[in-house]
Amino acid sequence: MRIDGKPEGIRQSMSWLHTWTGIALGWLLYAVFFTGTLSYFLDEINLWMKPELHASVSAASNAQTAQVALAGMQKLAPNANVWTLELPNERQNTVAASWRDKGQPMTGRAGVKRAELDAATGEQIKPRETRGGQFLYRFHFELHSMPRNLARWIVGIATMFMFVAIISGVITHKKIFTDFFTFRPKKGQRSWLDAHNATAVLALPFHVMITFSGLLLLMGTLMPWGADVAYDGNTQAYNMARRGLAPPPGAQQQGAQREGSQREGARGDSMQRGGATEGAREGRGNREGREGRGREGGEGRGGQRDGAALTQVDLSAAIGPMLAQARAEWPQREVGRIVVNRPNQPGATVELRAHGSDSLTTRGASERIVFDAATGKVEERPPLPEPSAASAVNNVFAATHMGRFAGPALRWLLFLSGVAGTAMIATGLVLWVVKRLPERRKLGRTPFGHRLVESTNIAVITGLALATAAYFWLNRLLPADLAGRADWEINGFFLVWLATLVHAAVRTPRAAWLEQCVAVTVLFALLPLLNPLTGGNGLFASIAHGQSGLVGFDLAMLAIAALFAVIARHIVRKGQVGAKPGRAAAGIDPIGKALP
Amino acid sequence: MDSTLGQAAPAPVFKPPVLKPVSLARYRRAVAARSVAAIFGGYLLAATFAACMSLWLQDAGMTRMDAVTTATIVSFIVHACAAIWVFATASMWRAWAGVLLPAALFALGAWIGARSFVGAA
Repeated sequence: MRIDGKPEGIRQSMSWLHTWTGIALGWLLYAVFFTGTLSYFLDEINLWMKPELHASVSAASNAQTAQVALAGMQKLAPNANVWTLELPNERQNTVAASWRDKGQPMTGRAGVKRAELDAATGEQIKPRETRGGQFLYRFHFELHSMPRNLARWIVGIATMFMFVAIISGVITHKKIFTDFFTFRPKKGQRSWLDAHNATAVLALPFHVMITFSGLLLLMGTLMPWGADVAYDGNTQAYNMARRGLAPPPGAQQQGAQREGSQREGARGDSMQRGGATEGAREGRGNREGREGRGREGGEGRGGQRDGAALTQVDLSAAIGPMLAQARAEWPQREVGRIVVNRPNQPGATVELRAHGSDSLTTRGASERIVFDAATGKVEERPPLPEPSAASAVNNVFAATHMGRFAGPALRWLLFLSGVAGTAMIATGLVLWVVKRLPERRKLGRTPFGHRLVESTNIAVITGLALATAAYFWLNRLLPADLAGRADWEINGFFLVWLATLVHAAVRTPRAAWLEQCVAVTVLFALLPLLNPLTGGNGLFASIAHGQSGLVGFDLAMLAIAALFAVIARHIVRKGQVGAKPGRAAAGIDPIGKALP
Repeated sequence: MDSTLGQAAPAPVFKPPVLKPVSLARYRRAVAARSVAAIFGGYLLAATFAACMSLWLQDAGMTRMDAVTTATIVSFIVHACAAIWVFATASMWRAWAGVLLPAALFALGAWIGARSFVGAA
């Protein structure tokens, strides 16, 4: 649309839409992308932030680990109704155990107890209190200190804007692929535009996927109307159906109200604990339902042979052959999880579940075998669910968004795509300022609004990175037994973030960019050194022990440090160039040059 | 405004208009009005689409869950297209009409569908 009301081409109107939707929510989206990108290393961050767990080194074989873990559970929770053991994997050092005691509700969050077990000894390890990577992960779609649904709406609207901005951006750049191969460095605004285009096009499939799947993940909050009419107001029934469960009795009418908190509660639960395997991210409700059903079936069986069967089974001895059999059935996969139903009771069963899956269409389900604990015979090989086309589409988007089942190479590709997305937003925000430099020069001063955008850009782009680095440092510098230390880590994060805004407001833009970039570089680069000095396993130790989760964290932090080092170097160089008369007056670059 | 984003065309078709205070205020009002149409009108269209299709896709043979999933997934694309339509079209009148008329049709479809199917299902 044009100011003078004359008709204009679709590309011009799209350009206009792109610019304004971009700046309106760019800051929020930068934060969402930054924290979301880090969340591809959620398990690694959780592990790093609990250095007490670094000492846990897996035994030579899965069977050995399983044996000591089951013996540990026998000491820890002999009277539980169900044990769930997540065995160590490439992103997790310990055995993550959870159980439900007898008499506790068998579904939902209430009644679940958790512990981390040393992979070599089966002893419980009590890590320091921290929100770990969950804080960054939750922040990327629920922000902080805000009603969950309100925050989801805010992020959802921003996501919708980004989706529109991407589509309008593609229409704007009809020469999109030509532009991609066009990079004109050291040309001021042109360079920023080229960088914006290149990062956008480079990861364009990723951007389309990540925004659209982000909307789909929030669909229960953003677009409940289809389920509302089709299920006559009971949206919970729809959510249960999607998980392949029958709706619970008595949930008919209040369902619409309770659904949100319950479903999200179940999802949140699995996210809040550290070291959960990927499959646990959303498939948790699913799994609990299956456990519940399996148990009900088993109770009948147990009753029938009550007198004859052994009531106590030595699971530690029985587990070896079961693992061997699972290994034979899935030669490509390790066993990821052991679920023991009714341990120390008649009719106990052991369910083994493969780690990972070849399919993204099944909401995180992977192959399972159920054994009779007493006899070691296979009771059941439940088939993988076969989702309909619509569910499969939805599940694939969700699984891709979350990097579910991604191996190291794909995880790094997703991480780097996220970095490209973050850089695309950052360059777009800088471009907004650069484009208005001629206006400033004409005025001979910087309008307040421009200065405000520029300072906020600094506080958002480098400030958030600095706050995140501070969060990791506080994790190690605060005493491990400090009361409320998890809250203090988060308070520290926000205090540092606020300080970067003050800093950006009082310093000249160039000085603020440079100083914050250097601080970010130094803080991230030193994290791999801080780690062994404060009780963690350093890079060499973690490589030696094959603890790839810790190696991954260190490499990701060094990658972030390197990126900010490149930006800092760019600013320093621009400073030298800008010091020469002539070029400085040209005001080529807001980062390189402080304008009035 | 910002017509040069992404382009360095040798012969620009579009010249930045000269800003006058009066027309600037009008322009900003127009932007606000279009934003309202894109955000709220677009959402209304997407929501009615989701409701209508969740019912009628069942009539076309899908299961209830698949109908809801399909309709909801596509409704986000509908919203995006509506926003683009609102900003691309020439007049405010056309912008609103292009959003509200289909929304009214989908609402009607949802109403009819709710009367015919939901009781049975």
